[in-house]
Amino acid sequence: MSQLTESAAGFQKPLLSQGSRSILLHVGIVILLFLLYFALPVYHSGNLARILVLAVFAMGYNVLFGYTGLLSLGHALFFASGMYGFGLAIQFIDVVPIVAIIIGLLSAVVVSVVVGILALRTTGVAFMIVTLMFAQAGYLTVLLFGEYTRGDEGFNIHRSDRVLFGFDLSQATNRYFCALILFAICFFLTAWLVHSRFGKTLVAIRENEERARMLGYDIQRHKLIAVIISGALSGAAGVAYALLFGYAGASFAAVQYSILPLLYVLLGGAGTTIGPLIGTVFMFYLIDLSSDLASAYLSSEFASAYMLIAGIVLILLTLFAPQGFAGLLRSKCKWLP
Amino acid sequence: MSLISTRGLSKNYAGLQAVSNVDFNLPEGQVRALIGPNGAGKTTFVGMLSGRIKSSSGSVIFSEKDITKLPAHKRMTMGMAYTFQITSVFSKLSVHENVALAARRVIRDKPSVVNAKVTSVLEKVYLADRYDQIAGDLSYGHQRLLEIGMGLAQSPKLFILDEPTQGLSATEVEGFIELIRVLSENTTILLIEHNMDVVMKAAHYITVLNFGEILAEGTPDEIRANQSVQTAYLGSH
Amino acid sequence: MDFGPYLFVASLEGAITAAVLALTAVGLSIVFGIMRVVNVAHGEFYMLGAVLAWWITSMIAGHPALGFWVAIVAAPLLVGALAVLCDRFILNKVNYDPERTIVATIGLLYVIQQTTLMTFGPEARPVQAPFNERIALPWFEYGESGFQMIWPWGLSTTTYKLFVIVAAIIVLLVLWWVMTRTRIGLIMRATQLDQEMAQAHGIAVNKVYALVFGLGAALAALGAVLVVPIQQAYYLMGSDPLLLSFIVVIIGGLGSVLGTVVAAVLIGMSDGIISVFFTPTLAKILATLLVAFVLVFKPNGLFGKSRE
Ligand SMILES: Nc1ncnc2c1ncn2[C@@H]1O[C@H](COP(=O)(O)OP(=O)(O)O)[C@@H](O)[C@H]1O
Ligand SMILES: [Mg+2]
Repeated sequence: MSQLTESAAGFQKPLLSQGSRSILLHVGIVILLFLLYFALPVYHSGNLARILVLAVFAMGYNVLFGYTGLLSLGHALFFASGMYGFGLAIQFIDVVPIVAIIIGLLSAVVVSVVVGILALRTTGVAFMIVTLMFAQAGYLTVLLFGEYTRGDEGFNIHRSDRVLFGFDLSQATNRYFCALILFAICFFLTAWLVHSRFGKTLVAIRENEERARMLGYDIQRHKLIAVIISGALSGAAGVAYALLFGYAGASFAAVQYSILPLLYVLLGGAGTTIGPLIGTVFMFYLIDLSSDLASAYLSSEFASAYMLIAGIVLILLTLFAPQGFAGLLRSKCKWLP
Repeated sequence: MSLISTRGLSKNYAGLQAVSNVDFNLPEGQVRALIGPNGAGKTTFVGMLSGRIKSSSGSVIFSEKDITKLPAHKRMTMGMAYTFQITSVFSKLSVHENVALAARRVIRDKPSVVNAKVTSVLEKVYLADRYDQIAGDLSYGHQRLLEIGMGLAQSPKLFILDEPTQGLSATEVEGFIELIRVLSENTTILLIEHNMDVVMKAAHYITVLNFGEILAEGTPDEIRANQSVQTAYLGSH
Repeated sequence: MDFGPYLFVASLEGAITAAVLALTAVGLSIVFGIMRVVNVAHGEFYMLGAVLAWWITSMIAGHPALGFWVAIVAAPLLVGALAVLCDRFILNKVNYDPERTIVATIGLLYVIQQTTLMTFGPEARPVQAPFNERIALPWFEYGESGFQMIWPWGLSTTTYKLFVIVAAIIVLLVLWWVMTRTRIGLIMRATQLDQEMAQAHGIAVNKVYALVFGLGAALAALGAVLVVPIQQAYYLMGSDPLLLSFIVVIIGGLGSVLGTVVAAVLIGMSDGIISVFFTPTLAKILATLLVAFVLVFKPNGLFGKSRE
């Protein structure tokens, strides 16, 4: 008994500071990103805006893959639903940007509800193939309606349509801080989510679905909600991409854009809140750097072959570091979220 | 009054009749042992009570409601808890989080309330000093105790345990019998058990299953004296 | 041309698609059936077969047919050998864990595809058929003077196209014979049924897996070598066969070789007919949705038996 109170009391203290350390880490990262804008040359802060949006996509993917244990090969569908929901609304129904943003988010949610209900009837490999097929059907649908979507070529979104609350988002500073605000919201949201009752149940489902079911948790409902949250975050990233960079194209619906978030999350560390950001930064610069080097010293074909890097990294990761960077870090410091 | 009962409950695995036509009544407050040789259909039977296994025919009534069509998780929320024959814990999570997951489903309150429950449960299953360990690192016996703790944390009306003492040391078995005694004051318990010592000490009443059918029912003394049980089961042990 | 002869030509074209598809899909199917590995890079092995065929035929001077005959033997062997290496150094190293193998084969897909782009280039390149005589086909019609044989204009095929169909049938028959009548086939089937049991009986499961993965890739490459004189070699040509093979394997029942062949014939034959009614994009959308819905609602395939 005395042993018990001792160990419980001994645990109480680090538990508290674990929470505050985690909050500190998240706030610190956002502040760092804020300051980076002023420290970095223009080229890199432009890249960083793109990275932040893609990191939101990866965070959405992480909710499903990292925390719930469901490996989707079709997240481009959710990203593209947001992108085209927003882009087509602003192009063809002539609504104000904020309404188009809501339409974009809603289309991602609706698509994830439908895909979730159907795909969650399957598990494992079948789930992977079903999500892949739905996303492929989505990509082909974008091509089929090429009259409106302009297919692979895509379409630009007018500067006048990219003004939000009086801020012109085609302007670099506004664009960066808009991306940072979105990133911060999603970052804190996922951090809060995974520490909530719901998030902990998702982890339980990932670890041992049958046991979680026999504890009385409704597995299907939890998984469906996870798909919807994941789809909504991915859709938000799609909306933001079109809004901030003024372009929507079919390549964002193609299978590469389903593979990339998987790659970011695997690389950064699945099931950690900071993994998606780390993975996105690393992968983005790896591709950027290697295509720079290739176009400087080799032919232009080498520069366009950036997916080669992605392929090599995927293989190396599965072979040598299935836990990713944050996983390696976490084995050093346990308190990492 | 029966807390749980079945009428004509049967399970057919692609031609193999694992449980056939079982009528079963478990009164509230009782500790019932379910015994029988390997392959008698015990796990299948309790699986159909808990909803883990779909029944082929027949019905299950729990707290006076027909739950035959309810999925497992709904039955658990009605006040059942279940431990698996093959130990099933969240092996990558801490001992504390394992029990907290069970407690959180029942206690929709502040983390501190959940933590208090977890602490008291871990004390009952002799794991208080292993609060912080990863469940997968525990010994086999301790994992079994942890799973029992996860059941306790749900404060169930009906607690179903499938061979809980398998793999426990002699002192742990003694502790388990004591645990059942304390628990039985406000929980109905259905226990699949091979250890006859545990059965005789802990159970109020015994059901013997053989080839998927009820062979006999009675108090421990009656079962000990029953000739057909002797030949079917006890003799061969 | 009348509708009858037209349909006849369409079915002949369909039969070629079906023959090549059957080879490719059976390759995917045995890999899944025996190893439980979903090989997303299967289409790239197909593409490599075609590209190697182009490379070999352009290397070998002399009669164009000579290059082709070398290619039809060498390309599948080279691709199979590459696949064996991939199995040894990648799949085996992740213990054939289903999710990690999918991720790894996705990586492999991009590595093979992009490496081909960088070496072979972005152009589509033709390969000459070893023989290609036009054969006019007869049609039977009930005319004034009773049943008569006519030779409608345009009703024709080539000897090479007939060769593709016959070659695929022969290869599938040989494969069937190997799987059912030989010791190596028995070993493969034993491994499929129970990997641990096979291991306990002294079967070198690792070697069987390497062989199966190599064989699966070689079948895809063979299909591509056969088709490349009709189509062209191109670094992106792997994606359609991958999709179609997936469809065929899933509809035929995952891992069932006979179901796969039946489904390949059905889908290959109807491919031509579908594209008469729909735009190719719409046809592909319907095909992908079909796969998704079969997996969701009939996970054992349209012809598969349901399990408990
Ligand atoms: N999923 C299953 N599929 C087929 N047969 C099963 C399955 N589960 C159990 N059985 C069979 O049903 C019978 C009863 O098994 P079980 O309920 O586990 O018995 P017990 O728990 O009494 O040892 C056994 O013959 C067993 O082989
Ligand atoms: Mg049992």
